[in-house]
Amino acid sequence: MINPTVVELSRLQFALTALYHFLFVPLTLGLSVLLAAMETVYVITGKPLYKEMTQFWGRLFGINFAIGVATGLTMEFEFGTNWSMYSHFVGDVFGTPLAIEGLMAFFMESTFVGLMFFGWERLSKPAHLAVTYLVALGSNLSALWILIANGFMQDPVGARFDPNTMRMEFTNFGALVFNDDAQAKFVHTTIAGFVTAAMFVMGVSAFYLLRRQHRGFAARSFRIAALFGLISSLAVVTLGDALGRLDYLLQRPKLAAIEGLWHTTTPPYAPEKIFAIPDDETQRDIVSIGVPYVLTPLVTHSWTTSIPGIDALERAAKPKIVKGIAAVTALEAYAKTKSPAALAAFRKYENDMGYGLLAERFAPEEDLNKIAKRDLPSIVNRTARATIPNVFVEFWSFRLMVALGFAFIVVFAFAAYWSLKNELEKHPWVLKVAMWSIPLPVLVCEYGWIVAEAGRQPWSVYGWLPTFTSASTHSVGYMVFSLLGFVTLYSAFIAAELYLMFKYARLGPGYRGTAAEAVAPPPAHGQPGYADRPWE
Amino acid sequence: MEIYAALKVIWALLLGFLLTGLAVMVGMDMGVGTLLRFVGSNDAERRAALNMIGPHWDGNQVWFILGGGAIFAAFPTLYATSFSTFYIVMIVLLFSMILRPVAFEYRSKIEATRWRETWDWAFLISGAVPMIIYGAAVGNVLQGVGFHFSWDGQYYQDESFIWYLLNPFALLCGVLSLSLSVFEGGAMLMMRGEEPLYGRARGFAIGGGSLAALLFVIGGIWVQFIKGFAYFGPVDPAAPATPLGGPAVVMREGAWMDNFHAHPILWLVPAIGLFGMIAGPLALAARRPILGWWLGALAWIGTIGTVGGAMFPFLMPSTTKSSQSLSVWNASGSAYNLAWMLAFALVFTPVIVAYTSWAFHLMRGKVRPQPTPGDEHLY
Repeated sequence: MINPTVVELSRLQFALTALYHFLFVPLTLGLSVLLAAMETVYVITGKPLYKEMTQFWGRLFGINFAIGVATGLTMEFEFGTNWSMYSHFVGDVFGTPLAIEGLMAFFMESTFVGLMFFGWERLSKPAHLAVTYLVALGSNLSALWILIANGFMQDPVGARFDPNTMRMEFTNFGALVFNDDAQAKFVHTTIAGFVTAAMFVMGVSAFYLLRRQHRGFAARSFRIAALFGLISSLAVVTLGDALGRLDYLLQRPKLAAIEGLWHTTTPPYAPEKIFAIPDDETQRDIVSIGVPYVLTPLVTHSWTTSIPGIDALERAAKPKIVKGIAAVTALEAYAKTKSPAALAAFRKYENDMGYGLLAERFAPEEDLNKIAKRDLPSIVNRTARATIPNVFVEFWSFRLMVALGFAFIVVFAFAAYWSLKNELEKHPWVLKVAMWSIPLPVLVCEYGWIVAEAGRQPWSVYGWLPTFTSASTHSVGYMVFSLLGFVTLYSAFIAAELYLMFKYARLGPGYRGTAAEAVAPPPAHGQPGYADRPWE
Repeated sequence: MEIYAALKVIWALLLGFLLTGLAVMVGMDMGVGTLLRFVGSNDAERRAALNMIGPHWDGNQVWFILGGGAIFAAFPTLYATSFSTFYIVMIVLLFSMILRPVAFEYRSKIEATRWRETWDWAFLISGAVPMIIYGAAVGNVLQGVGFHFSWDGQYYQDESFIWYLLNPFALLCGVLSLSLSVFEGGAMLMMRGEEPLYGRARGFAIGGGSLAALLFVIGGIWVQFIKGFAYFGPVDPAAPATPLGGPAVVMREGAWMDNFHAHPILWLVPAIGLFGMIAGPLALAARRPILGWWLGALAWIGTIGTVGGAMFPFLMPSTTKSSQSLSVWNASGSAYNLAWMLAFALVFTPVIVAYTSWAFHLMRGKVRPQPTPGDEHLY
């Protein structure tokens, strides 16, 4: 028997630890690339300003990197500690990209990040540049393999369920690696990281420009970041569109939830909802404002295709649930008797077995064999309802992500324009917007995670394994213990991280000491603790 | 031998290799963390100690992450079952492990005694606790764990967690693992440190290595009286990997010695380990830290090899349903998966060893205590 409270607490813990980890990852991804770009300019031009740029932003990178590594440890082990059935069920195929990530990417990133910080004196200029490139390459390759693993959860290709080992077995390496979902999401995520880093560098530089400090340094950092950010924010939108299209093709319940489609659309009139308050209980909108003729071409890239709504998706799920129940009961009989007849019965409906597992939580004592014939329709109805992710959460996470994503393009465009005209200081509002926008891309990345992962519910492996079935059989006490620990530890970490980030950003470039003067304003240039900086 | 069986054996060996890498490299850093408060009498000395492993701890830590990933992929059922049955212990391990990266990066960034003192405690906890847990976990696995599977492959725990840490044999293994890490950490501090840090590190390391040798011998004798596990009748190593419906397993005293009786050459493995533990402290006494460090690595190889050699093919035996004990044969991934991963491991392991060695070579030399941070005195 699965304890629903334990499942909910396990989900809460996973969401908290993953979202927390993902606060730091995008900045690492993007800043590593920006550091490589800055150092390239340094090596080519030989101007010490660009070395200082690399070192200063590198220092902030280090503060962020450490906590990313620490919280990443949790992620690597949490599948095993809290999702035993999941790990057993897909470890043969899901574990592989994680292991390869360690071998190919994480080792490289972590070994060279040490040399990047400690190796300035011992490496030649080109060798140090190569080290910085390897850190950037390692970080981004790391994201690739993690997203290949995630792609399998979204669209499980390259594996087949084996009733003898009771798990999905790896059958096609190419299919796993070149999974469309993984590839599109990799580019979308890393470029979102570039946007995050660009906004970070631009915002901190804006802070200096507003205070008329480090002006030469800040103006150049600002310009690099604004241009990098403008290109990245444009690219991220196109890839977002590609991902939306993949959801339309592969995960229709997610798409329907994102768009708040309670009913199948009537093309081409179907409106794109701009604002709505979807109510999951009654399956209707309390308020809804939409723009007609937009939704159909946006999602289907055509004028005539209708998009199935939640009502149609639930109807379509019902026959699968009935077959799935037959598949799972046959599988259980096969596991216990090894009879060829049971195996044949399973094989008949094996592709729907996930829907049978999904029905377990609604069956008496979670046992499909105990479903009385007259109860079957009601259990099928409840299971069908459970195939739809939370519409309110999807609808709003998606809209906030997209709205802010477009806003970033505008911010970067203005910033780049005034920066190229060298008139930034005449337009302090651009600087203020840039500074206050620093946390927004991080928030948008979190929304993106929610759209992708909450939208995958109720599945941990789409169509094959329900999240409810995936969890370890812990007691509530275990879960309370670990959750309290994570909350305490992670709260302390974020407080320390923010404090140090603010402190070292305020101290500014050129600072070399350990800073007892954290409370006081930074000392003027030429005073002890600051390097000689001829370009100011 | 069938290819699938061979792949399973190869991955069992690779798992041993990864665990050894983890023990040597992470163990060294943990040893430095454990000793930090004791070898550094003031802040400058402690910072010097941290900067000796400053360029490397992050890379070393990947052995831990890779170990997790490789168990997940190569032995999925072991990953799922062991991490879940040892839940509280694993969570405590994680909490102590995640303190460490943050401690490195944050400790010296604020010049306040209380702040730094707090992080020094964090280093002690994040060094000593994980090493004790690693060892104790192995000690528990040797005694068997209470779990069974339902028909669909979900595990169920049959024992309370408290016994997984608090039994004498497991604690002995935990202290053994901590002693070896103190030895390796001390040797590293001698390699890159100067007096008075050098002398203090030498004292702790010699003590750690000698204690390890003593505990290793006691543990070896103790194992004779522990109920080990053995297959009752023939096993098909190439069978599809599932712990359900496997052949019968018996529990009896001294069963962990069966492999040594069947293949006397295996006695070389504990002999190598014991040699490392005895010769290592002697090398440090003779002020040869590099040699001592390598002998410490040999001690780890011997220790982990001895456990592996005794248990093979078992990975995590079950005391409550012994036929569902996890072994190399029934907990592994599919042949297709093991083959692909082997290809990646064969390509990337030499590359990793090469650039890790280069990084250590590049950053060699003494680290002196200095008042302010610099490029090579970052932490």
